[in-house]
Amino acid sequence: MSSQSIPPPKARMTDWLQSRNATGLLFMLPAAAFLICFLTYPLGLGVWLGFTDAKIGRSGVFIGLENYWYLWHDPVFWTSVFNTVFYTLIASVLKFALGLWLALILNEHLPFKSFFRAIVLLPWVVPTVLSALAFWWIFDAQFSIISWSLMQLGWIDAPINFLGDPTNARISVIAANVWRGIPFIAISLLAGLQTISPSLQEAASLDGATSWQRFRLVTLPMLTPIIAVVMTFSVLFTFTDFQLIYVLTKGGPVNATHLMATLSFQRGIPGGQLGEGAAIAVAMIPFLLAAILFSFFGLQRRKWQQGGQD
Amino acid sequence: MASVEFVNVRKSFGSQPIIKGVDVQIEDGEFVILVGPSGCGKSTLLRMLAGLENISAGEIRIGDKVVNRVPPKERDIAMVFQNYALYPHMTVADNMAFSLTLKGESKAVIDARVKPAAEILGLTHLLERYPRQLSGGQRQRVAMGRAIVRDPQVFLFDEPLSNLDAKLRVAMRAEIKELHQRLKTTTVYVTHDQIEAMTMADKIVVMHDGRVEQIGAPLELYDRPANLFVAGFIGSPSMNMISGCIDPSDPLSFVAKDGTKLPVGKPIDASPDRPLVYGMRPEFMRLDPAGIPAEVVVIEPTGAETQIIAKLAGTEVTCVFHERIAARPGDTLHIGIDAAAIHIFDETTGLRL
Ligand SMILES: Nc1ncnc2c1ncn2[C@@H]1O[C@H](COP(=O)(O)OP(=O)(O)O)[C@@H](O)[C@H]1O
Ligand SMILES: [Mg+2]
Repeated sequence: MSSQSIPPPKARMTDWLQSRNATGLLFMLPAAAFLICFLTYPLGLGVWLGFTDAKIGRSGVFIGLENYWYLWHDPVFWTSVFNTVFYTLIASVLKFALGLWLALILNEHLPFKSFFRAIVLLPWVVPTVLSALAFWWIFDAQFSIISWSLMQLGWIDAPINFLGDPTNARISVIAANVWRGIPFIAISLLAGLQTISPSLQEAASLDGATSWQRFRLVTLPMLTPIIAVVMTFSVLFTFTDFQLIYVLTKGGPVNATHLMATLSFQRGIPGGQLGEGAAIAVAMIPFLLAAILFSFFGLQRRKWQQGGQD
Repeated sequence: MASVEFVNVRKSFGSQPIIKGVDVQIEDGEFVILVGPSGCGKSTLLRMLAGLENISAGEIRIGDKVVNRVPPKERDIAMVFQNYALYPHMTVADNMAFSLTLKGESKAVIDARVKPAAEILGLTHLLERYPRQLSGGQRQRVAMGRAIVRDPQVFLFDEPLSNLDAKLRVAMRAEIKELHQRLKTTTVYVTHDQIEAMTMADKIVVMHDGRVEQIGAPLELYDRPANLFVAGFIGSPSMNMISGCIDPSDPLSFVAKDGTKLPVGKPIDASPDRPLVYGMRPEFMRLDPAGIPAEVVVIEPTGAETQIIAKLAGTEVTCVFHERIAARPGDTLHIGIDAAAIHIFDETTGLRL
């Protein structure tokens, strides 16, 4: 009797293979292998290198926190930290404000709506290096189209030194980053806006809301979940930006636009100090973790999103 | 509260005319239902009254004021949307209080308005929930609560019951009617369901293809439909229609296409060659040994009544009998028609004679 209730081992094995857990595990394997090869291993290697005095062509030995100790007293490193935070903060705020504004405009009933939506995506579709090169020309010390236009208008009498002056250079790279980043935010927020039923706006306008109140009290709160996602990604992308800076200024003038990513590369590869470069890259991790934590709380389902079907 | 008036109102989307000249007068405190098949322009007309669509031509008045150019927020109108349009990020209480919050009313005033409204609708225990945590019927009530709290000039309802199941719909029908009797606010209610219209309205406006077909009290439309469209639309099962003409030798008799003679209550003033339609409601037919023979096609006993589809005068007609009938398809029944309750229409114009 009891022999019937305990299935033979072979049957148990088959049962297990057919269960949801086993299938789930099987499906996860390729992704897990991929992540381990291309994410965990390089990350681990980077962290390890940060604790060594590795140079190009010479595997280093473990030197503990010496790299970090050195960086702690390196004003250039601190400049780059300041630059990165400043760059991320200003660019993200601008991208958010302009992207939201653009999304709201594109959500209206415009003529040639789909044409404009396609146009907006252009800055994002063009390879970064290509648009960076374009900006390089736009910000050129002699041939800048901006300087030329302003001179034609008679507003200035000499070309602006966009990338040669520290303040101008910072403003210029932020402008280029904002230009590139807006489409991602605008299109994502537009998608979010389109999930909001127009009858909510209508109900609010019948309830006596002005268009500003409709935006602030209905549209914006309903958009917060998607804003949290989009801004997390935007902050991560901006914080780790490399290509734009490297093409436009290479970190100059006098390190005014060096970000942690560009400094890490410059010290590590052209400078040959692999260990030090890795340490700078590792120093970015706490900032990124903070951004991720922020998003973790931002992304949590709000109370009003929970329960029931729609 | 206020009266509402539509004067030759028209609306086109692009070059497509959707509302083709509508005149309706709604008295202060009246419960008026716009009814018609889907796509006939009911919602569009309602949205024009709310100010959500602009008016291509004509005039809409609320009270004495022409509101053509008045934005929605200044019309003092509350609307219950088909999808309820509750603000998902606000609790039931906040949803209901939204209009008062916008006006900057104090917490005490808001409570004093929201609490009684919630009580009327049985929402008191749900005030802290979010719309997602409610059932369809509860959401419907919240949408109504939001309207009641406003105490507006006019209530608008756009198919508020169409997302509910049949049983709940019947219950809410009674509830909305009761609410209107209590509040006596002018109400315009849109539905495609003629039963809803018949049971709830003081006055029904039957619409078809952007035009008003007939306006009247429910029983008036049932007893004296102005044309073939209203005759077919109002009443369930719908009116049976048989084509034919008046008997040249007897003005109290109607000859169907196949030659069958049908009784007419009062003499019809029409030449025998004028094509006419004979309309008889399924409820006004009875078994009568001296009646017209009809062959049973389908028999549907529902318990309370027996519905029979039979071939009479060459046409399939529906009959409703209150007794139980043991007939089978293929049997012949003799059906008597209540001659006083029949309707004659002109076949070409569709108008009632
Ligand atoms: N915004 C719009 N643009 C173009 N056509 C519309 C628009 N809104 C409604 N219509 C058309 O107007 C007609 C009436 O629509 P509606 O008033 O919603 O009908 P219903 O009586 O079912 O409520 C339909 O044929 C619909 O396709
Ligand atoms: Mg409709």
